[in-house]
Amino acid sequence: MSAIAAWSRSAMDWLNDRLPVTHVWQRHMSKYPAPSRLNFWYYFGMFSMVVLVIQLVSGVWLLMSYNSSTVTGAFSSIEYIMRDVELGWLLRYMHSTGASAFFAVVYLHMLRGLLYGSYRRPRELVWIIGMAIYVVLMAEGFLGYVLPWGQMSYWGAQVIVSLFGAIPVVGEDLVTWIRGDFLISGITLTRFTALHVVLLPLVLIFLVFLHIVALHEVGSGNPDGIDIKRHTDADGVPLDSIPFYPYKVLPNLLATAVFLLVFCVIMFFLPEAGGYFLEHANFEEANPLKTPEHIAPVWYYTPFYAMLRAVTYPLFGIDAKFWGLVVMAAAIAILFIMPWLDRSPVASIRYRSWPSKLALGVFIVSFLLLGYLGVQPVTELYSLLARVGTVLYFSYFVLMPFYTSWEKVKPVPERFE
Amino acid sequence: MVGAGGVAGAAIPFLVSWQPSALARASGAPVSVDLTKLEPGTMLVAEWRGQPVFVIRQTESSLGGLEKHRDRLADPDSEQPDQPEYARNSQRSLKPEFTVLVGICTHLGCSPKPFFEVQPEPFDAQWQGGFFCPCHGSTFDMVGRVYAGVPAPTNLKVPPHRYLSDDVLVIGEEDAA
Amino acid sequence: MMRAGLLLLLAALTQLGALSVHAAVSAPCGTWKGTGECEDVSFDMSDRASLQRGAALFMNYCLGCHTTRYARYERFAEDVGVDIDLLKEHLIFDGSQPGSLIVNGMKVADAKKWFGAPPPDLSLITRARSPQWLYTYLLAFYRDETRPLGHNNRVFPNVGMPHVLEELQGVQRQVCAPVRTYAENGGVRRDPLTRELITEESCDVLQVDAGTGMMGETEYRQAAYDLANYLHYTAEPYRSQRISVGIYVVFYLLLLIVILWMLNREFQKDVADKH
Repeated sequence: MSAIAAWSRSAMDWLNDRLPVTHVWQRHMSKYPAPSRLNFWYYFGMFSMVVLVIQLVSGVWLLMSYNSSTVTGAFSSIEYIMRDVELGWLLRYMHSTGASAFFAVVYLHMLRGLLYGSYRRPRELVWIIGMAIYVVLMAEGFLGYVLPWGQMSYWGAQVIVSLFGAIPVVGEDLVTWIRGDFLISGITLTRFTALHVVLLPLVLIFLVFLHIVALHEVGSGNPDGIDIKRHTDADGVPLDSIPFYPYKVLPNLLATAVFLLVFCVIMFFLPEAGGYFLEHANFEEANPLKTPEHIAPVWYYTPFYAMLRAVTYPLFGIDAKFWGLVVMAAAIAILFIMPWLDRSPVASIRYRSWPSKLALGVFIVSFLLLGYLGVQPVTELYSLLARVGTVLYFSYFVLMPFYTSWEKVKPVPERFE
Repeated sequence: MVGAGGVAGAAIPFLVSWQPSALARASGAPVSVDLTKLEPGTMLVAEWRGQPVFVIRQTESSLGGLEKHRDRLADPDSEQPDQPEYARNSQRSLKPEFTVLVGICTHLGCSPKPFFEVQPEPFDAQWQGGFFCPCHGSTFDMVGRVYAGVPAPTNLKVPPHRYLSDDVLVIGEEDAA
Repeated sequence: MMRAGLLLLLAALTQLGALSVHAAVSAPCGTWKGTGECEDVSFDMSDRASLQRGAALFMNYCLGCHTTRYARYERFAEDVGVDIDLLKEHLIFDGSQPGSLIVNGMKVADAKKWFGAPPPDLSLITRARSPQWLYTYLLAFYRDETRPLGHNNRVFPNVGMPHVLEELQGVQRQVCAPVRTYAENGGVRRDPLTRELITEESCDVLQVDAGTGMMGETEYRQAAYDLANYLHYTAEPYRSQRISVGIYVVFYLLLLIVILWMLNREFQKDVADKH
């Protein structure tokens, strides 16, 4: 017995001399100081890792049967996967449900950041890298949605690619350059496939790696916004922390199982989610001559889509559509500078007073309202509401430096109570 | 400095390869359209360069109504170069009876839908007949002129076209003027 | 805060649920019954007799022009429990192999000439629209001499397709007839004294000329249902497999959650005892 133990110890030594296995294990697992008081909001980051793995694996397996060489081939190969490949429908639904799940958990993960000030010093870079992940994810989702070459794939691509045409001077040429053709065609499809399958996943994995390295450098936040590093024991370990391994492993596994349960219920029993995860019109092959009666993006883009549609006034002699694009881009860009908009002395919403709570509430309501409007057809009332929603969305950020420095805050305790 | 130049140079093949290939440039032959079956007040959709082209046969009343709503239009006199010179007139066409339009909204490229009846519509209580884009709610009149205050900035494009005979329209070619 | 967050999440989820319900019922049926609402029927993929009748109708009446080019004969036979010999005898008319796709020999160019637009492939029609839409559509044909092929449809106005099932349903016309009227609460309006129905003359009533069809109204509705049921099956032939696999997976996960929950509870107790 001890011979085996001795052998395995020397094997570990051999390995550790060449690869920092034990060091990495200790740093990120067995000695990683996880705050001892976390709540369910802190699971969504891990859930998004789980979904990332699901997407990578199911995506590679789908690629084994997907055919993007011709446009008809693309649409029919999806049906081939769904019907003729054994359990192919499961792979496809896994990937399509995974796409929506990805955005759902990422949105909740981001909301956690807004609730507890996760973007604040010293976690600015964690937040910015996370935002970069979100932007890449949006691009990845968009490109992936084009691949089945249904009506929504085609017209969604048409609308989004045409957005770049709104840029003055170079717009039209840029659009042709992106499409590689004078319209969305098979050429566009194959390049989107290459980007969706190879380039963006690589970027995504790299950014996720950076996100975690940066997080583990500064340490996890907590719902109270207490800096746990201020009170440490003799070894420099924060008193209000416990090692991730083994103490946090079981709770994380349990949470993952609950998450997978929700995921599987949707995947097996509601794969279309009433037309929100898989849109009805996308079961019709792309027809460049006919726009579907009602076109709306998949739910995770709708808030931004509603903002794009809300702008209908030209300004400074430039088309309204350019300003729509600017508003949409700004809505995402403004999230990047969150760390510098928040002037509050406290991180967590728990110790802030009504202005911050009201502002966050209004922000959430405006985001949901815009999301709802984005799937509805245009009417005068709805465009008016979309404008109101857009103004509210931006006011959360623009007014933040004022209400956060003005409001009274409650004292933050030194340690968890 | 030289190194940076080299990196920029190395990016060229990757950027340039995204331009339309020779194959993409070569497709786009003109199409001819038979007009004999087109009833007044209706339209047909032809495919030219993979895009829908609307051919509308106007009626007396639709042509007569073109001036009524001119103050609600963004560019009633077609001053923007969205049509060939020979179609820059009050009805934006070679022959008043037929209107030829690229059926792609100048906003974000959806294909607008015909709503030719002059009647109140959910999107416009004083609707004078024309096109409505389901994507972002842009509206155009019977000859493709855009209404003011909608997302689309310019009138629907008129493609180059000519008549081979009274009944045959060719899209994608023009008479040598 | 945690409770507020949970509540918020819950509210967002129910909101999403309400939205999806809205989307599911909004497949509009043209001017059917004035409101454009489709007939409210539910479909049953386990009703094998219905699926077999529907398949027979499809092969006889639809396959001449339409295809289901992603579906295979053999798959249907296996799923619905039809013997391969019976399949060859009663459902395959063009001598195709049982494993082949359900297609016809019509050329797209010809179809365009005959109907104005090529008849669409029907593999996914009930997913692109809804099975209720298809069922209602099959009921909604009527004679209209202004149309090139003599028929129009309430659900799909000015559709290019003729009423192929007319020999079954009979000649349906748009006629003027007295119709029931409804009170604001949705009840049928009757004369308060005589209890007779209060009717109103309407000129867009669809009525079948008596004795012109091979089927009665109930029988024809059943046929339309069978056909819609069959195409609903065709849109997602793996649906029953999906649900049965799903049940196993969900039970497994529930079991896993219970075990993990108990393990975690014990573990946390140990941790608390130690400290």
